[in-house]
Amino acid sequence: MEENCLLELRGIDKMFPGVMALNNVDFTLRKGEIHALMGENGAGKSTLIKILTGVYSMDAGTILVEGKNVHIGSPQDAQNNGISTVYQETTLCPNLTVAENMFIGREKSLLVKQKAYEKRAEEILESLQIPARARQQLGNCSLAVQQMVAIARAVDMQCKVLILDEPTSSLDDKEVNMLFKLMRDLKSRGVGIIFVTHFLEQVYEVSDRITVLRNGELVGEFLTEELPQVQLVAKMIGKELDELNNLSDTEERSAASGEVFYQAEGLSSSETLPFDFSIRKGEVNGFTGLLGSGRSESVRAIFGADKVGGGTVKIKGKNVKITKPVDAMKHGIGYLAEDRKRDGIIADLSVRENIIIAMQVMNGFFKPISRSESEAFADEYIKALNIKTASRETPVGALSGGNQQKVILARWLLTHPDYLILDEPTRGIDVGTKLEIQKLVLKLAEEDVSVTFISSEIEEMLRTCSRLIVMRDRHIVGELKGSDLNQAQVMKTIAGGES
Amino acid sequence: MKNQNRQRREPLTDTQLLMTITICIFLAMYILAMLLLKGGFLHVQQLFDLLNDNASLIIVSCGLTIVMIGGGIDISVGAVTSLVVMSCVLFLNRGGNLFLSVLLALGIGLAFGLVHGFLVSYLEIQPFIVTLAGMFFARGMTTILSIDPQKATHEGFKKLQEAKIEIPWLGYVAKNGNLIPARMEIGVVVALLCVIGVFILLKYVSLGRGFYAMGGNQTSSLMLGINVKKTRFLSYLLSGLLSGISGFVFLMHTGAGNATNAAAMEMDAIASSIIGGTLLTGGVGNVVGTFFGTLTLTTIKKIVVSSGLNDPWWQKITTGGMLCFFILLQSVVLRQREKRKKSN
Repeated sequence: MEENCLLELRGIDKMFPGVMALNNVDFTLRKGEIHALMGENGAGKSTLIKILTGVYSMDAGTILVEGKNVHIGSPQDAQNNGISTVYQETTLCPNLTVAENMFIGREKSLLVKQKAYEKRAEEILESLQIPARARQQLGNCSLAVQQMVAIARAVDMQCKVLILDEPTSSLDDKEVNMLFKLMRDLKSRGVGIIFVTHFLEQVYEVSDRITVLRNGELVGEFLTEELPQVQLVAKMIGKELDELNNLSDTEERSAASGEVFYQAEGLSSSETLPFDFSIRKGEVNGFTGLLGSGRSESVRAIFGADKVGGGTVKIKGKNVKITKPVDAMKHGIGYLAEDRKRDGIIADLSVRENIIIAMQVMNGFFKPISRSESEAFADEYIKALNIKTASRETPVGALSGGNQQKVILARWLLTHPDYLILDEPTRGIDVGTKLEIQKLVLKLAEEDVSVTFISSEIEEMLRTCSRLIVMRDRHIVGELKGSDLNQAQVMKTIAGGES
Repeated sequence: MKNQNRQRREPLTDTQLLMTITICIFLAMYILAMLLLKGGFLHVQQLFDLLNDNASLIIVSCGLTIVMIGGGIDISVGAVTSLVVMSCVLFLNRGGNLFLSVLLALGIGLAFGLVHGFLVSYLEIQPFIVTLAGMFFARGMTTILSIDPQKATHEGFKKLQEAKIEIPWLGYVAKNGNLIPARMEIGVVVALLCVIGVFILLKYVSLGRGFYAMGGNQTSSLMLGINVKKTRFLSYLLSGLLSGISGFVFLMHTGAGNATNAAAMEMDAIASSIIGGTLLTGGVGNVVGTFFGTLTLTTIKKIVVSSGLNDPWWQKITTGGMLCFFILLQSVVLRQREKRKKSN
């Protein structure tokens, strides 16, 4: 064991029904280091953090703090062991003052020693150079300062381990720099910081070490300076680079040459930066990038699912305005959302009702679809897409994930869209269905439908798309087509840099 | 630079801002009434009458403010007040002890608070539903006790009821030359003590700050180490206790029990809290604001009557209009603030 070990996790297992969320994971944090914890969606980062903070209990494994075996059963246990967490959404009360937020829940006495707290808060804020005042209402501070106040609270509670869970995702560049300065300051005081983020550049800017998780397993621990960015991406996604270079089985697909169906210039929404995008008839393109790179947000902007900021949109050469989903639908755009359970299915309605719902919206509510008509539609698509359901009246919630996905696909196909956006249509469904969906995408393209396809599995996108748009940190960083469409090239573009 | 920071006055918190608005509007309204309507408004007794008539409303509003700051609601307060009035009258008229009747009042209030608090915080049932049930239950119980109005005949109680604090130098000289001192009932003193007590609780006791934290962000307060269930439980318990006190004060004012006593008092109490700057969403509010909220609400009613609009619906219409005005004002003020913060 190393001398300055602060926190050690050994052989952590965590089972969720049907999923091994963590499998024999080790993690070590040393005094005065910033340790980045990296991994794609479902890698087990948040599960590990939640075990460490006492939100979940682990099924097997040991946690050592400064060499001593500890049990963490609740957030209070974690705090008593010197482990503090600052979450993405700050966990403070915006209606109280800065000082109150730093001391509430920690008072030992019945009465609040307001003056003493304010004085102490003022001292800590000053020593950490946080631009806040003790008597200021927290809600009037910027998000970055709120986060720093949360950190100051942790520091005052003598925390040894500070976990920062996606602290930078809602901060601008200046605020990020302020936060990094504070992190380095704490590091010099011997605090160990676990930094969870999906911004690669930030990892390289502040962290000393990187631990990568994938599918609930430990990939490895690396010194940041010894791990080039492209290697890190490869480790997160799970393909070694050398292996990738030999993998060039993608047959040439001629880029579609039909007329441009959709064209956006400087399109932006509340969640994205302005970007340009266009797609031709019968073309299949893809957006790729790591989680949080802005790939889903971009297609949501196209569909008008988030508040649209600005930019011009042309469909078949004509200027149109798309500010809400129904506008997009009227122009023949369909969108299959990333989160099937939240944005897609209506679990208590039957398969038939789920299939006709988009068409009903298109028709308007005063022209109901007759029962026999809707039954005919449902039967047609249940057969065409091979949806495995007991009957067309079965509630969708009772179907398997893959079949639920097909129901939503049927919903959009029924409206005969000219342009279909599929965001992660293959997530969490079995391999057979994945192939069926990919085939369907290609078949649609042959019928002159434009398709945007997003998947976190790059192979899938390479198999279906003729053009890939690569995003990193909310910017489009490359557009690949033709012979560039191979894993190695995609990964290099995602990672960026020269290596 | 750092010194400057410390010297600089902090901008008001949302709570302080809304409270200040209420107090200013109340003063402006009262002075306007003095100038335009003259008559009774020129005498201090008018203000004292407002307090005398509404001491119990002030007390239940304090309880409601606590619950609302914690992010909840308690609509049973009027019905519990009524039940307490009726129970105490019957108890006293059957030869009950005066001191025991006070305990009875507090006991009934606490019992309701206990059950509400338990159901809301430990069984996690919607507070609106729980206290609605409590309201029906208390109203029903009152009617079971007696459908007919009951007048208190207890000797000791009558003495207590008639006891008034007379302040001669605030009085006025009547037309026949007699000095009529300003009279304040004992209930008003109780109400003022309640306001002061709740004020101290909310500002200086850690439990009180817990109410604000809980109303501000429940998940956060849990992570900050506050026992949210216990805190919420105590907020309903306090509201129940204050309803009990309010019941006894109500009885001291009217001297009789009636099944329709304190009808819709919960609505007036909610209105008072809101006018006083308590947000229904929780986390913002102040009991001093609530006190002035109650005065504002009752003054407006009085002004309406003094202007010759005697029909009862005019009071309701103005109350409704004023509530609307205050809510709009609050949301405009808070939104302006939000905007300014963003542009900074």
